Amino acid sequence: MYNRIMVPVDLGHTPGLEKALATAANLAKTFNCPVCYVGVTTETPSSEAHNPAEFASKLDSFAKDQAAKYGHEAMAKSYVGHDVSIELNQLILKAAVELGADLIIMASHVPTFLEHIWPASHGGNIASHASASVFVVR
Amino acid sequence: MSTDADTDAVPSPDGTSDLIKTEYQLGQDNLTPKIGPFGLDIHNPVFLVSGLTIFAFVIVTLAFQSSVGPIFDAIRVWLTSNLDWFFLSAANIFVILCLVLIVTPLGSVRLGGRDAKPDYGYIGWFSMLFAAGMGIGLMFFGVSEPISHYTSAVGGVTLEDGVRTDWAPLGGALEDPEAARKLGMAATIFHWGLHPWAIYAIVALALALFSYNKGLPLTMRSIFYPIFGERVWGWPGHVIDTLAVFATLFGLATSLGYGAQQANAGLDFVFGISMSGNTQVILIIAITAVALYSVMRGLDGGVKVLSEINMGLAALLLVFVLLAGQTVAILTDFVSNLGAYAESIIPLSMPFQREDANFSQGWTAFYWAWWISWSPFVGMFIARVSRGRTVREFVICVLLIPSIVSVLWMTVFGGVAIDLINKAGMTQIADADLPLKLFEMLKGLPLTEITSVVGIVLVIVFFVTSSDSGSLVIDTITAGGKTNAPVSQRVFWCTFEGLVAIALLLGGGLGALQAMAVSTGFPFTIVLLLACFAIVKGLMSEPR
Repeated sequence: MYNRIMVPVDLGHTPGLEKALATAANLAKTFNCPVCYVGVTTETPSSEAHNPAEFASKLDSFAKDQAAKYGHEAMAKSYVGHDVSIELNQLILKAAVELGADLIIMASHVPTFLEHIWPASHGGNIASHASASVFVVR
Repeated sequence: MSTDADTDAVPSPDGTSDLIKTEYQLGQDNLTPKIGPFGLDIHNPVFLVSGLTIFAFVIVTLAFQSSVGPIFDAIRVWLTSNLDWFFLSAANIFVILCLVLIVTPLGSVRLGGRDAKPDYGYIGWFSMLFAAGMGIGLMFFGVSEPISHYTSAVGGVTLEDGVRTDWAPLGGALEDPEAARKLGMAATIFHWGLHPWAIYAIVALALALFSYNKGLPLTMRSIFYPIFGERVWGWPGHVIDTLAVFATLFGLATSLGYGAQQANAGLDFVFGISMSGNTQVILIIAITAVALYSVMRGLDGGVKVLSEINMGLAALLLVFVLLAGQTVAILTDFVSNLGAYAESIIPLSMPFQREDANFSQGWTAFYWAWWISWSPFVGMFIARVSRGRTVREFVICVLLIPSIVSVLWMTVFGGVAIDLINKAGMTQIADADLPLKLFEMLKGLPLTEITSVVGIVLVIVFFVTSSDSGSLVIDTITAGGKTNAPVSQRVFWCTFEGLVAIALLLGGGLGALQAMAVSTGFPFTIVLLLACFAIVKGLMSEPR
């Protein structure tokens, strides 16, 4: 049913991603397809890495760890943005197209009442704009 | 296991660079509270201390205007009068270091690692450099400053009790219009040429080097790492970053307040919209609203696009004035002004034994303090958009090319204005208030209605392009060097800047706080001198 699953990853908050990562791994095994972990980083030093190359290497290690933990095929791809706060959703959507992902699995929080007025969820935004299926994991 | 690589992916390693090994983790001091739907990621204590200090200064200035205003003014005047030698010497050091970097092997170090690729093409890069730090100044002073220096130079030297009371640069040029014109243009170009751009280049280069190559946070304190070591993450660093936020926000807010008055004067001149507090508040709200839209569109979708539009419009206006004036004569003047600048740069930049104290203290030292107080903002913004350039390319493009553009701008606008005064008798250009001189000059050329509207649009949009880039810079500093802090923070700073401008405009105190902002030029001069040492030390350890 699915040929490639894409999981956007925030390397600074991996503990909060556990459920989404397990979901992606299980679906990957069910449909026998690879999971591509996508990370978006800044050009300037960030909490996660000193530079984009180091970020790419950390994401690569993260994908390897996931492959070892769950036993599925994994790949990693990093994107760099000039202004990530603004470009994040755009880059995730672009990644989905470029990677040919037909399922995006994202971790997201339960929206508060005020977020119905001022949407702050990346998952919701991606689900509204992606051509692939989107699985938002609460 | 595989890592895809194509044009959009992060390029495989950017090449070797000399990362600084520090135990400090970027963002480790940050607080991440959630207020309603807005998540925050703010540095503790820089965000709160700078926000509260700015708030307190505004309240104190509004409440005790008559007593604090003169104090802030006196501090500024004392600094530029007594420490003029310090400002002038420091700026000379910055220019010399930049020139040395161009010609020595240190210039071949690449910002971002040996294999890093430039983020922006030349047009976008130049547009952002100019729009952030100098565009608005060129609009206002392009006509007025050459006239001022020309007028004072032709008036010659006047003495009272053996003390010079004139404002002429150097020895003036009594009743010699041609020599006065040369000297006036040289003095103007001196204030808008190599020295200011060297000030910006030093800050930008230091920040870019320590951030992109050394892996330290993109914030002012990082420049001090070679001097203070790990202590830079404590209070010394908090003070430097807070001071940078203070200087940037007050520099921007007071300029915005004055800018609204000046834009109102332009609207009054062209459309008869009378000067009033309400109109100026509407202008500040409009400028802030466009700046907000720009920061929410981001660096590429907002700031860069607006900068390019504005630079395109400015280039059109420049070409129009060039063609409408005496084109061949202006182009000849361009060469002779460059020659006059080269001839006068050493005497104009002498820090000691100056006989023209009014000029060297009242103009030059004031300008240097002003540029230096803006340098954390402009320098940091330049650093943000300059990854991937070699140091040599960076210095040539941030120092030499903008200086040549400044010479061209001053030659065209100042030269045409002086010609209109001397040859067409349009003395109203010299007599007009500062914000109106440009429009009075445009009246002497064809298509005044169109060019005046273009002039007003340029003034307003240059304020937007300073406001949006300034908000991004403050946001990054108060997030501890994170450039990916939540959008709500940049919205907060942009709005805060507009509100401070409105409060000071309506309540008074724009002049006092602008004097205070300019006074921060003194501590930042020390910062920049230390940055020179840090740059050389940092570059020497980089692979070339």
